[in-house]
This record gives sequence, structure tokens and C-alpha cells, in this order.
Amino acid sequence: MHRAIEVTRAFGPAVEGEALVSEEGFSPRYDLDRWSGLITKPGHKLEGKSIVDKVCFFPTAKGGIAAGWAFYDIKWKKIAPKAFVFGVTNPVMVQGAIFAGIPITAGWNKHPREVVKSGDWVRVDPARRLIEIL
Amino acid sequence: MTDEERAILAGSRGDAARRALEYQIEVGRFWGAKRLVPVTNVHMMGDIEVMGDAGLEYLRREADGAARCSVPTTTNARCIDFAQCDRLGQDRGEVAKERELIRHLRRMDVVTTDTCINYQTVYQPHLGEHVAWGDTGTVIYANSVFGARSNFESGPAALAAAITGRTPEYGFHLDEHRRGTFAVELRTRLDDLADWGAVGKLVGESHQDYFAVPVFHGFHRVPTADELKHLGAALASYGSMGMFHFVGVTPEAPRSIGSLSEKMVISENEIQKIYAGYKLRDGDARLVVFSGPQQSLLEMKRLAALFEGRKVKAGSSCFVTTNGAVLAQSRALGYAQALEAAGVTILEGVCFYILQNLSPMREANRWTNMVSNSAKIVNIIGAHRFNTILRRTAACVEIACTGLLK
Repeated sequence: MHRAIEVTRAFGPAVEGEALVSEEGFSPRYDLDRWSGLITKPGHKLEGKSIVDKVCFFPTAKGGIAAGWAFYDIKWKKIAPKAFVFGVTNPVMVQGAIFAGIPITAGWNKHPREVVKSGDWVRVDPARRLIEIL
Repeated sequence: MTDEERAILAGSRGDAARRALEYQIEVGRFWGAKRLVPVTNVHMMGDIEVMGDAGLEYLRREADGAARCSVPTTTNARCIDFAQCDRLGQDRGEVAKERELIRHLRRMDVVTTDTCINYQTVYQPHLGEHVAWGDTGTVIYANSVFGARSNFESGPAALAAAITGRTPEYGFHLDEHRRGTFAVELRTRLDDLADWGAVGKLVGESHQDYFAVPVFHGFHRVPTADELKHLGAALASYGSMGMFHFVGVTPEAPRSIGSLSEKMVISENEIQKIYAGYKLRDGDARLVVFSGPQQSLLEMKRLAALFEGRKVKAGSSCFVTTNGAVLAQSRALGYAQALEAAGVTILEGVCFYILQNLSPMREANRWTNMVSNSAKIVNIIGAHRFNTILRRTAACVEIACTGLLK
């Protein structure tokens, strides 16, 4: 049996990419440099890491309405991630990701740290509500 | 779906309305919404700093394509102060884009109020009224203090609601998500606005969940509108929360915390620990900011009194942000002049945290630390690499005038 995570809610086409697994929540406004795609908030657990073309696993969403436009902006700048996988999320992340056409999921049946680490290759399949570690 | 919605999808109100509704249905599907609900009022975030060139291009296309608001729609704080952009070193190209962006919004019949305190100065929805608001601080205030109903509606979602006049029914539009989920006893004085933000930080950081709804109780007096504003803004910022109750104060609060199993207590000790947790980095405290949310008229009055007869220290900077209506009245009442005489810079229609060019501004001024009485802005400005420090309002004024942080 291969390693997989079942998710509760999902949007978008199926995509594959390199995992970036965070123990800390995320906001594209509070944490991200929106010109480089690097996480720049001092002290963030992924400070210095790039989200570009990654499948990003975040346990929570932080704050901010401004994030709604930010996903469209980073997609246009070609520094968007392949997909967002959230434990708990909020409407802003979902509205923003759907507007930008970036796959997004929320809720998981096990914590990603049990089955996936940064650098693993993963497949996000929103239609099947499934994330497979390949 | 109603007949009207089916007609919109068939193109009865044009392409823009059809696309907006299709997008809303997709968002609603994600959250399991069963239907859309009509909204009476929309508040949206839209400026060049948050939208970028891609967003500007999108707005231009929508306005050209005859997208128009079908309900009154106002705008949140923006990133350019047109009177002071040169002094702030804001990029002239971006200033021009911001003017263009505002033109497109007005073509769509958006009322560009440029304020994040619409709930204090523009529109106060009533109990049970469905609205589609963005800036999180406006949403939590609408849900909690007015008993109106809104989710966090980010820019694209709020604009879609403005065009279609409705929003997907999920989250705080539904009774089931509006009930309190845990209790917080306030066994402390909370004399300053910053103390209310500190409560928001304590409760929000430990419960990062949009659907967590704290129930405050046990407070020794009646809180003011500005206090609830700072509490809500901090809860939304640190906890991504969209609603709270306050027993005896907010309209949908329970009479008692009876059935809630999780009980949190906040005492003076916890508040003091919050302040002690902020450390000065690299020596100087030359930047003090009163922003995020914009200042109400009564906050302007208090600041004017605190700065009376004093001067911002040479080499230090102090910024206050508010909206056009409050600023006009502050001028009529002399508060603005008192602040300016003290060397304070008042910015209009903006929030400090989204100012265009903020990172280069920080570098040019060699600012390391930012001191504020707003727990929200202390939290959200991190991506610009500020070291931030929360202090009470009078202490912030003292720091602005002496350059010393105690």
C-alpha cells in the first residue's frame, strides 16, 4: 500500500510536484516575498525556503483578506506553487486559489509529517480527494 | 438555484456577471454551500499593492466588459497616499497605476471610500443582515458587534458578490457556525487599546481556526467600540477568526458560558508577558505607527491630546493613518493640526502595512524596529522584515518623542 493522505475538501485539476511540508501556518502576505517566492518572515519555520512550483503543506491559514489577490499575482509572476494542501484553511485562501486556478485542499485524515517530508514527490488529486506520495 | 441565478448563468446580465457567478458557485461547492444568499452591501480590498499588474489588467478587462456593481460597494484602505507619495518615496509608476485602478473601480460603480473602518464611518448593517465584506477586521466586527453575517470575502470574491448581488451561503451565514466554541474570562483591567489587541493575540494564536468562536465574559465594565475594534482585528489577524461573542455586550452572545467545556482565563500577568515578549533589535526605536486599523475620530482626539505640546524626536518618524472623512473632521476640530505640529505624519486612505514601497522605505530610513499600539499591525508586517514591538498608546507617544523604549 503506497502512502497517501485523504483530504476533506478539494478544488482543481490533478497535479504532481515536490512537497514542501511546514509545521507552521501560512499567509502569502505575512510570510512571503511576493517577488521571489521565498518565505521571508523572520522566524517562520520555513524562512528562506521557496514555494515556487512546490506542493505546499500548511497546517493552518493565517490572517488576511489581501491574500485573495496575492495568489493571482504570484501565478501571473510564475512563482506560484503547484498546489496548496491545508489542514485548516479559511475562505480567503480558497477564494484566492480558485480565482488563480491553483489546486487547493483542506482537511486531512492524518498529519502530513507522518507520511511525507519536504523533497518527496507527491500527486494531488482533487477529484479523488487524495494526495499520494510517489 | 433561483430562476434569476439560472438566467445570470445563461448570460442575462452579461459576461461579467456570468463569470462572477460561476466563480462563486465553485467557491460555494468547495465549502458545501447549498445556495447563494442576497447581500445588501459589499466592502472590497482592491489596490495596486495587493493586486499587482495582473489584478490591474483583470480590473481593466472587467470594467471594459461592462461589469457593474448591483449593490452598494465600498473600498478598503489602499497603498498610495496621493498627497504624500513623493515625500514617502512611493514609485511614480505605481502611483499612476493606482489612479488607473481607482478609475476602473469607479467605472464599475464602486464607492472608493478607502477605509478599513467602514463599520465606524460608512455602513452599519443590522442583526441578521447578509453582507460580503473584506478586510478581516471589518468582517469580525460585522459578525460579532452588529450580528450581521459575512465571511472573509477577499478582493476577487467581494467583487464577484458586488456584481451578482449575492454570495455562497457557508460559514458565518449559517447559524451552526455562529455559536461560541470556547470561553475566555477577562480577569484584567484592559485600560488601553493595545491591551485589547494583546487579548486578541493570546486567544487567536492559541486557536488558529476560522471556525473557532470565543465567548468573552467576566469583564468589569462595558467595552467601547474602539476597544472591540482592536480586539476583533487582533483575533482575525492572529487566529484567522471571523466572529466572537461578548456576554452582555454583543447581540448573539449566550447569557452564560454554561455548556462550553474549554475555559480560558486572561489575567494581568498574561498581558504583561505579551509586552515583555517584544525585544528591541539593533538599538533604536525610531518608527512609531498608529495604523491597522485606521484611527477613528476618538482615537485621533486621544492622540492629539497625548502629543499636545510635544515633538516627535529628530530622526524619528511617527505615522497615523485614517480615512478621508475622519481626517476632514479632525481638521475641523483641530486634532490634525495638533498632531502635525508635533511632527506626526497623517496619512489618508491608506494602511501603513500595505503602503506601496514599504520595504525600500524601511531600508532607506534604516528602520529595524516598528513600535505600535496595534497588535494587528505588529503581527502582519513581518514579511517586510520589521522587528515589531507592541506598546500601550501613551508609551508609543513617549517612544515617538524620546526615541527610547523602556
